[in-house]
Amino acid sequence: MSDAAAAILLTGILLYVVFAGADFGAGLWGLTAGGLTRGRQPRAFMEAAIGPVWEANHVWLIFSLVVAWTSFPSAFAAAMTTLYAPLGLAALGIVLRGTGFAFRRVVIRSEQQRVASAAFEVSSIITPFFLGTVVGALASGRVPAQGGGDALRSWTGATSLLAGGLAVSASATLAAVFLVKDARLRGVVGLQSYFARRARASAAVVLVLSLVGLAVLSHDAHRLTTRLLGRGLPLLLLALVAGLGALLLLRAGRPWVAPLLAVVAVASLVLAWGIAQYPYVLGTHLSIAEAAAPRPTLVSVAVIFGAALLVCVPSLTLLYVLHQRGRLVEP
Amino acid sequence: MGLTGLLAADPTQLLPAREQMAFTLGFHIIVVPFGTALPFLMMVANYRGLRYADRDALLLAERWSKVAAVLFAVGAVSGTVLSFEMGLLWPGLMGRFGAAYGIPFALEGIFFFLEAIFISIYIYGWKRLRPWPHFWSGLPVVLAGVGGTASVVAANGWMNLPGGVTVRGGRVVDVRPLEVFFNRAFWYEFLHMFLAAYIVAGFVVAAVYAVGLLRGRRDRYHRVGFLIPFTIAAVVTPVQVLVGDLVAREVFHREPVKFAAMEALQHTRDHVPETLGGVVVDGKVRYGVEVPDLASLLAGFSPATRVQGLDAVPPADQPSQHLVNVVHLSFDIMVALSLLLLALVGWFGLSWWRRRDLPPSRWFLRGAASSGVLAVGALETGWIVTEVGRQPWTVVGLLRTVDAVTTHGNVWLFFTGVLIIYMAVGAGTVLVLREMHRRWQAQDDVVVPYGPPERGSPAREAVPP
Repeated sequence: MSDAAAAILLTGILLYVVFAGADFGAGLWGLTAGGLTRGRQPRAFMEAAIGPVWEANHVWLIFSLVVAWTSFPSAFAAAMTTLYAPLGLAALGIVLRGTGFAFRRVVIRSEQQRVASAAFEVSSIITPFFLGTVVGALASGRVPAQGGGDALRSWTGATSLLAGGLAVSASATLAAVFLVKDARLRGVVGLQSYFARRARASAAVVLVLSLVGLAVLSHDAHRLTTRLLGRGLPLLLLALVAGLGALLLLRAGRPWVAPLLAVVAVASLVLAWGIAQYPYVLGTHLSIAEAAAPRPTLVSVAVIFGAALLVCVPSLTLLYVLHQRGRLVEP
Repeated sequence: MGLTGLLAADPTQLLPAREQMAFTLGFHIIVVPFGTALPFLMMVANYRGLRYADRDALLLAERWSKVAAVLFAVGAVSGTVLSFEMGLLWPGLMGRFGAAYGIPFALEGIFFFLEAIFISIYIYGWKRLRPWPHFWSGLPVVLAGVGGTASVVAANGWMNLPGGVTVRGGRVVDVRPLEVFFNRAFWYEFLHMFLAAYIVAGFVVAAVYAVGLLRGRRDRYHRVGFLIPFTIAAVVTPVQVLVGDLVAREVFHREPVKFAAMEALQHTRDHVPETLGGVVVDGKVRYGVEVPDLASLLAGFSPATRVQGLDAVPPADQPSQHLVNVVHLSFDIMVALSLLLLALVGWFGLSWWRRRDLPPSRWFLRGAASSGVLAVGALETGWIVTEVGRQPWTVVGLLRTVDAVTTHGNVWLFFTGVLIIYMAVGAGTVLVLREMHRRWQAQDDVVVPYGPPERGSPAREAVPP
């Protein structure tokens, strides 16, 4: 049962990385879009793309946090008392991001728009970066089982910085690939090449980071590297193939193929991390079974997760379909 | 007792952690009614608009849905911060009792999800879905508001009257999820908070239109905009006063220490007077007005009802004097504000019954214009009674607040960051709402977080016809 809870937690994280990642990336591209005048069109386009779904995506983070503290309370407390600095910064980033986005849509004076945009875009980088360092700290076993680990060194190791960089660049790639699809669906030729260039550039960063990262990782977190290259290898290869495929098919074939491949690539990376870390929650010192809450709690979490899928998948599908079909867009 | 006294009495982490939690929760709870109850107002207006071809009501529904969207976005982020704070500030609570305490929150996730999805569909659906299907797409938002309130209040109730856990050697070894959720404080706390949300949303929205009416905008649009929320609040307020009376009696039976703090009662006795106002200084109530026997009468319908005083609690578990004062005064303020609101809706009810119209006096409109602030005040003070009235416990009988708080990191620093950002968010929210108001007065369209891009925007231009 504890494995099931861990699988649910990983699923929540995975969904958050994929869905919210695309959101974060859109913010990052907003930052590079230039001033108010030059960046107006791509910004407005991105805004229209993530407008109706951004908050629903975000719920996965809250879901993951809740599942973590309910299913693995002691490990959760250990992580919180060690990694409070990056987690606190990520939390502040989330506030800035959400309100910046919400307010930008309403205000019309340019200086107000500038402030709101800056808040949204800067925090779109801060938040995934610090959440990435948290994952790195967990994966490299820097969180002691009793909590209260080193406040700074626990999350500034090479693995953490790598994970933070990967989180930002993978988000950027995901977003750019999705935006190419949107531009194709709407027939906006200029923006297709605009976002395609950005997709390739950020994908190159992901690739370089991953390769350099593996070398750095073998020094910083030896066990993790062995497992990533052992049982995690098929997933890493899948990520590579899917990622390259997404880039090749960016403007060929059906519009949805490239985004799906990009999602597969990012999801495989997350799964590879999960598999490399199994059967431990923290390093090699706290196993999933040891950290798990009493059985009835785990059963409740599983039942609630099932109910969430039953209720939310149809309604989320409805939202995405209405959104994509343009039913919700002005006819 | 000054600030130095507070610092000396508590470990250094406790003060900033509690202040930060109080501040962020106090902020979040104001936004909550606009996620849970405002959608109901919006659906009532939407129904009226469709059923009676009332264009004013339809316009109101559309605008309220946009206000709900902005405030829902603010509530979503401030809620996310709360879920981080649970772990960052209170690892002792999450580490030891997350297995039980987390279950209602996990359930809340579903409702939050539904709310986020359907508020999006509803707002996008204006003029894009057919009218009645669009109306029904708002229903899940209202229902999710009920479920979400129930879940969060279940978690809070569990801290007041924890049940459904077996603790052995400081570890939770067994959990009975249904007992955790439907704990002994659940029903009365849920009912009280649920009605409070409808009262706050009703009065705050009505207050906006009352101001408009006072400024001479006496058109039908403002009248309907006032009448829908005010009528709902007017129906719920008397019910809430009855429920509040019931809740107080439940608290008397089930949470006697909290009740003693609410009444500022030091010694167990019968013929307990109701002390209005006043503060406890050196174990005695000063400056208060006492109504003989009333507290006993209200608690047990007889002046002879014995009420447990704070002296029945072992000294180590007693709430400090300044906390008792906070609870007692908050309780008095909550009751006073509720009775003021009751008088206001009584005036309205009388006038409507006799003349089928609002009371003609400008003083009624002035009262209505301030009713929103009064309702928020009652909500905040009521929440203070529940939370502070539980001290020194975080989970009554199981976990002291001192043992729940984090021992790591500089909480003051985190708190400072939170304060600055929340002030910006609060100011931004007010600014944005005023902006929407200004543009609606100028008959302009407004774009909101979940809504489609504005007319003539580059995104629109990008779409071929």
